[in-house]
Amino acid sequence: MCMFQSVMNYFPEEVLDHVFDFLTSHRDRNAVSLVCKSWYSVERFSREKVFIGNCYAVNPERLIDRFPRLRSLSLKGKPHFADFNLVPHDWGGRVYPWIEAMAKSRINLEELRLKRMVVSDESLELLAKSFPNFKSLVLVSCEGFTTDGLAAIASNCKFLRELDLQENEVDDRKGHWLSCFPESCTSLVSLNFACLKGEVNVAALERLVARCRNLRSLRLNHTVPLEVLQKILVQAPQLNDLGTGSFTHDPNSETYVKLKNAMKNCHSIRSLSGFLDVNGRCLPAVYPICTSLTALNLSYAPGLFSNELAKLIYHCKKIERLWILDTIGDKGLGVVANTCKELQELRVFPSDLYGVGNAAVTEEGLVAISAGCPKLNSILYFCQQMTNAALITVAKNCPNFIRFRLCTLNPVVPDAATNQPLDEGFGAIVQSCKGLTRLSVSGQLTDQVFLYIGMYAEQLEMLSIAFAGDSDKGMLYVLNGCKKLKKLEIRDSPFGNMALLSDMGKYETMRSLWMSSCQVTLGACKTLAEKMPRLNVEIISENEGGAGEGEARLDDRDRVEKMYLYRTLVGPRTDAPDFVWTL
Amino acid sequence: MSTEIGSILSEMESSACLKTELTLGLPGGGAAPSKPGSKRGFGDMADLKLGVGCDRGDEVSVSTPPPSKEQVVGWPPVRSYRKNMMKSCKYVKVAVDGAPYLRKVDLEMYSSYEQLLAALEEMFTCLAICDVMNERKIMDSANGIEYVPTYEDRDGDWMLVGDVPWNMFVETCKRVRLMKSSEAAIGLSPKTSSNGLSMN
Repeated sequence: MCMFQSVMNYFPEEVLDHVFDFLTSHRDRNAVSLVCKSWYSVERFSREKVFIGNCYAVNPERLIDRFPRLRSLSLKGKPHFADFNLVPHDWGGRVYPWIEAMAKSRINLEELRLKRMVVSDESLELLAKSFPNFKSLVLVSCEGFTTDGLAAIASNCKFLRELDLQENEVDDRKGHWLSCFPESCTSLVSLNFACLKGEVNVAALERLVARCRNLRSLRLNHTVPLEVLQKILVQAPQLNDLGTGSFTHDPNSETYVKLKNAMKNCHSIRSLSGFLDVNGRCLPAVYPICTSLTALNLSYAPGLFSNELAKLIYHCKKIERLWILDTIGDKGLGVVANTCKELQELRVFPSDLYGVGNAAVTEEGLVAISAGCPKLNSILYFCQQMTNAALITVAKNCPNFIRFRLCTLNPVVPDAATNQPLDEGFGAIVQSCKGLTRLSVSGQLTDQVFLYIGMYAEQLEMLSIAFAGDSDKGMLYVLNGCKKLKKLEIRDSPFGNMALLSDMGKYETMRSLWMSSCQVTLGACKTLAEKMPRLNVEIISENEGGAGEGEARLDDRDRVEKMYLYRTLVGPRTDAPDFVWTL
Repeated sequence: MSTEIGSILSEMESSACLKTELTLGLPGGGAAPSKPGSKRGFGDMADLKLGVGCDRGDEVSVSTPPPSKEQVVGWPPVRSYRKNMMKSCKYVKVAVDGAPYLRKVDLEMYSSYEQLLAALEEMFTCLAICDVMNERKIMDSANGIEYVPTYEDRDGDWMLVGDVPWNMFVETCKRVRLMKSSEAAIGLSPKTSSNGLSMN
């Protein structure tokens, strides 16, 4: 036993407990709990916030058993590629068993944060009725619930502070869920219902805002008209974060003038989003707010012209996070580069999802941003074309990237200038950005890019690959080189059994691996599953005709269409639907 | 305003109306070099014009909607939530002077004026599109009334359908009105308040 450890053991557990209070990051706490048995024990009784990156890696019983003082739980369900329709509906990720188990064990749950999970109305009702101190519900990219479930939350959670619905698919029953907040509810700090499609009772909304004096964040949906926004801002000038609903009105009207004045009075707004329906001529009303904004999301604002966007951004000198559509164009990005010197995160989304023929951005915009914004560390960029030269320049200008996601609209487009693969460009990025933790590559790419990634991307935790590589070597470079890799997702690439089976132990150090439309066969997946009992290897069929059928039809030599494997402590899941076959 | 940004902004204002039409085909028009062992030879998709803006004016038949632009499942990788949000705002009301009720069309379903007018023809079955002296005109064949297709843009102005490129029209059109020619002859009044042109 080292001296330090023996010294620490003289401290009563209360002291350790107090010390651990200062550890907020779950990674730190995970590390601490591995030191020795007594630290493990103290830590587990003191941990209140738990993060579970894959809901099938453990189960509710083990969670509650280990962390009886649990107050705040974050859970993630479906694999990331479910966002892009690659995972069949009904794959799984239901939250009900978790809520049920915590309710039974009388966990004092206060916060629940879910991403890509299936949340039923029953779950929400059970949640609302089981935890008297429940304060915060954050749902990101979830589905399965209706506004009836929201009504249950509003009616029953007496101390609710936060109801944050981000990009969920909600069945809107138009049932006045908002009116279900009782008059006694004054505790709301954050309310985001931007993703709801139906109308809300605006009178109830105005009254709610008026009585919740601590309200700091409010994001409305597109049915809330500008007149109502104006009245709300008069009631709540203390807001930090505003999501407008519809932002369209006659700019010559009295309502619009009143809105302008109300906005001038909102000195605390630092984050602005919404504009779900917008008249460009109404934008000047927000100019007074722009000067203090640190975050701006215009990526859902349809039909704004590049010059209108640029004029708005020109006022946003303190912006740190900007989400925008590619209608801004390369020139507009030039304005961003000249204006937004504090910019850290930029996301440029494609506007032309239905082939209407809008011009997109190119490598020029990206280069301009990299040159003008020295603090840039995170980017998501959908573009029409890219060049190695541009990426090399970007790498030189911005060595501080932690997240770099590039998405060419044509997934295999080569360098627009030289017609070569984009290997060298991405190679420069990984070589220069030593702190890179997340990378998505696209365009025409050979095994060479993976050689670079394996060689240089030492901190890489998440890698997304599509339509890239030539052979198993590509995947091997990554598996062998990226020591900190946690999530690897691959689609439509020629990686096969040799790569999959070369280092099976590696997958226990990772959260998950997704491979679809690759070259791996059923036989190899079976071998992997047999050798690695602590992995779940799931084969997901296209045809929802039942795994029984699938099992009979598939030969070991057949290629597997979709494979998802993940480490787990609890064996094959019991809720897998017919079309998911756990080997 | 610094002169540099100022000049960029004014340049953008004057070119706001110019939209370059882009065809995203593979460069050289040929297939990508075939990758050994690659399951889906991307050469198969060489013909896939991802995001084509070319005019399909020759396809007037509306019963077959334009071929699905998303032939690669899940590419570009955009959340379905976002896709649905972007999609839902292209439904516009269509009013025909004298008709008892309005209809709605999804402008995103069409890629040219011809397709849209053909769709309207189907919707309001009494109408027929005629070519009268090289101008697109819509006629009620029963009683010979001529209609002029107009639309309200984002600024609230009533415009003649057909002046701007199709893409720009889709973006800026808020509602469509088939106005009786006789009324149109007086001239489209500029920037009338929405009350004045109430269709409801």
